[in-house]
Amino acid sequence: MSGIRSPRRSLFRPKGGIDQSILREHKALIERIDRRKVLRGTLSLGALSLLTGCDVGETGPVQNFLRAVSGWNDKVQEFIFRPDHLAPTYSEADVVKPPRFNAHYDVEDVKPVDGSTWKLELSGLIADKRPWTAQQLAQLPEQSMIIRHICVEGWDYIGQWSGVNLRQFLERVGADLTAKYVFFRCADDYTESLDMPSALHAQTMLATKYAGDPITDPFGFPLRLRTATKLGFKNAKWVTGIEVTNDFQETFWSKQGFNWFAGI
Amino acid sequence: MQSTRPAEMHVRRLHPLPLRIMHWVNAIAMLIMISSGWKIYNDDVILGWLHFPDALTLGHWAQHGLQWHFFGMWILALNGIAYMTYGLVTGRFRRMLFPIRWRELLKDMYDAVHFRLAHDDPTHYNAVQRLLYVGILLVGVVIVITGLVLWKPIQFSELTALLGGFQTVRIIHFLCMSAIVLFLIVHVTLALLVPRTLVAMVTGGPAINEMKAKAS
Repeated sequence: MSGIRSPRRSLFRPKGGIDQSILREHKALIERIDRRKVLRGTLSLGALSLLTGCDVGETGPVQNFLRAVSGWNDKVQEFIFRPDHLAPTYSEADVVKPPRFNAHYDVEDVKPVDGSTWKLELSGLIADKRPWTAQQLAQLPEQSMIIRHICVEGWDYIGQWSGVNLRQFLERVGADLTAKYVFFRCADDYTESLDMPSALHAQTMLATKYAGDPITDPFGFPLRLRTATKLGFKNAKWVTGIEVTNDFQETFWSKQGFNWFAGI
Repeated sequence: MQSTRPAEMHVRRLHPLPLRIMHWVNAIAMLIMISSGWKIYNDDVILGWLHFPDALTLGHWAQHGLQWHFFGMWILALNGIAYMTYGLVTGRFRRMLFPIRWRELLKDMYDAVHFRLAHDDPTHYNAVQRLLYVGILLVGVVIVITGLVLWKPIQFSELTALLGGFQTVRIIHFLCMSAIVLFLIVHVTLALLVPRTLVAMVTGGPAINEMKAKAS
């Protein structure tokens, strides 16, 4: 039992926090509650939940246990990952146009990023931390790949992405390639991160184009992450910052209980 | 070694203890996998008309269904490997599930639909039972393999291609689940109709004669 944890940002909880007035009104009653009975009750509730396999909620011992298993699964996926194995690629005829939109909000709520003022900020274990403009990035060698996007929900589509190979970019800016993680910050406050072996995979790129044209607003203009070895949600859109680090930080979806490694 | 012990010391039951443990561990694993799988399915349905009611699914939101599924998979796979190894090494599969003869199968199926299928000897499976048990074991193997492919379609991309691609594998995985659910309905119904079989899976059931079992 980890006790009360600080509230996390979640789609599924009220933004303003929980109304405390009820607690104040019933202060006397709460103080009268027999702690031993509560403890006994908690134990039987815990046993019951294990017995029936029922999910008591988003927090609590069951959730802690399932998250620990998810952490173990991260390690198994690191072990399974084949750094030199290429994902299948497809022909231009297979490319779906436009790509399928998905985010934790509707397409109408996308806030377009101004490409002329946009900058890619670099931080952490990187030698040259000067930010990059869209024009500067456009001058780097371009890579193109037609790969399958697989969503954690189960759907998939084939898309053609072009941009800067992430490994080459990290080498160019003098990133420490022995670090553990590459962390991405986005214009919509989304966060994602990759383990270094996945970041250095040949089919991981900072994409600027889809099907030969600049990526449009809903799909991450001017820059998004695109990797062939992760589930869809790992491919952060509207990237504004890259940090190379050895410190693990939870990401937008991992905070909410999705598996962090999310390899495919 | 057996001959040096007195006969009464070595009572072999219909369902030895390791088998009973694996059976019930598998039952729990199956319930976790099916109910959490339905939660995951609901996020992007294969059949437009089919959504599983929330009351039958495990996990508060999709991510919790996924957490349960990727926990349950370890129980299912490890227990399944132990069960398969046990069944093959001890000769239980060969003894109890084979041979399956066409003639017996047709006769037993005829009897079954006329509710005349004999079940007075729980140590002997009829041809229909044998076929169903062998079939469900194969389905179990296929659902684990397709599950592995759905979990890591790129790391095992050769296997994904061999099985017809990601969405095909998803449908195979779904069909295997459907087969298991149908099997479960029949399996549980029959166990309740002949409660002796249910008790046997808890207590071990009647002692079996090794010689007779080997000869049959």
